[in-house]
Amino acid sequence: MQRHFDQELAILKEKLLTMASHAEGSVTKAIRALVERDDSLAREVKEHDSILDQFEIEIDEFAISLLALKAPLATDLRLITTAMRISHDLERVGDEATTISRRALELNQEPQLKPYVDIPRMAEMGLSMLHDAIDAFVNKDSAKARAVIPRDKDVDALNKQLHRELVSFVIEDPTTITRALNLMVISKSLERIADHATNVAEEVVYLYEGRDIRHSKAAPAEPSH
Amino acid sequence: MLLMQEQIGNIERSTFRGDSTVVPSASPRIIEVVGLSLHYGAAKALKNISVSIREKLVTAFIGPSGCGKSTLLRCLNRMNDLIDNVRIDGTVKIDGHDIYSVDVDVIELRKRVGMVFQKSNPFPKSIYENIAYALRLHGIKRKTELDEIVEKSLHQAALWDEVKDRLHASGLSLSGGQQQRLCIARAIAIQPEIILMDEPASALDPIATAKIEELILDLKKDFTIVIVTHNMQQAARISDQTAFFYLGELIEFDTTLKIFTNPSVKQTEDYVTGRFG
Repeated sequence: MQRHFDQELAILKEKLLTMASHAEGSVTKAIRALVERDDSLAREVKEHDSILDQFEIEIDEFAISLLALKAPLATDLRLITTAMRISHDLERVGDEATTISRRALELNQEPQLKPYVDIPRMAEMGLSMLHDAIDAFVNKDSAKARAVIPRDKDVDALNKQLHRELVSFVIEDPTTITRALNLMVISKSLERIADHATNVAEEVVYLYEGRDIRHSKAAPAEPSH
Repeated sequence: MLLMQEQIGNIERSTFRGDSTVVPSASPRIIEVVGLSLHYGAAKALKNISVSIREKLVTAFIGPSGCGKSTLLRCLNRMNDLIDNVRIDGTVKIDGHDIYSVDVDVIELRKRVGMVFQKSNPFPKSIYENIAYALRLHGIKRKTELDEIVEKSLHQAALWDEVKDRLHASGLSLSGGQQQRLCIARAIAIQPEIILMDEPASALDPIATAKIEELILDLKKDFTIVIVTHNMQQAARISDQTAFFYLGELIEFDTTLKIFTNPSVKQTEDYVTGRFG
């Protein structure tokens, strides 16, 4: 039986997908603002952050109304609570994009410290994790969601590597410190974006398997049963 | 009465909403109850009730037993006329006309304001005749037209697929949930504007209840529905506006979302959270 409730759940999902594409777009633009030294793009990202904030509020409000009015159970309940958590992660991704664009505005004032190679790579990795996690959500594919989780380590490793490299710049020439710190913040933001993508992936696993795999030391690649 | 209907008109919420959270203020008022009091002999069952019911929405009346919700429902198509010793003060207007004025044809009124009861009450006739009977009383005699309306009504009541092969079997041979949907088909066959439902699913199992609830959500496209229910979750699931009654008074009337997430009156909060008493 097709329920009226299913139409409402479909609206919730659709809203979440639109929000995810906004979040991805913000990160992409923030990195372009840095690499292409485009201040107006950086300002656009900052200004558009309120769109994601609004999405988070709307999704929460809608989810709470569904919880209150429909007394959802089982998959329905997990979908609604998961949607609230995913929207929170997406909002935080947007905040990281804003941080990146702020730092890009500062960096764009000065000569480029080094060629940006690792930073676009980290961004690409984090975004592809986020994209796959959202794909897994849409396609009810918990295996795909699980496959996202271990990729977080690669982004962490790149972040650490970049930190070491920037520290060596500063030791060599202390006048680079402002630029190096700004780049460290951007690198950390990208590392956080990958963390949020990991959270989304874990939430998708919970949604479709009913298993909470957060904070487990070694998240199993496949269900053990 | 603590929340006047004027305030209801001002409720504006987020633009992002699904089926359960339509903006009631967008819909015109079809029933206007003003200062309605009702006495059974010396006992006052309804105390100065004022409430507006909006077109093509589902409005739920909730409250503990004896709070007056069914009594108010029965005022809306003058079913209380059938009870001795009832005195009614105040006005009930439907489409702007006072239904208690002397020139009102009560039969005509009940044609416009249909009713479905707690206990399904099909006539002891065939499924087909349950619907065709009322149509004939209203002057529809041609077989092709009757057939057409019977089929359409059964479709609208989400019963057609289950009974299309046995239209001439007795209505009483159906299950409880099917009988209730037959009664709904019968009520909608004569195209009322408003359907009153008094605990339409309280005698049904959860599956049959879910079907009735889905049906109500379908029907609100075409009809204004007022439902009395003891089941708060049912009111939450299917209604757009909810009125909470206690001891013959309207305590709070607002959007269903507001009543179930953030009611204005403590008594309402206590009732919906089960702390009543």
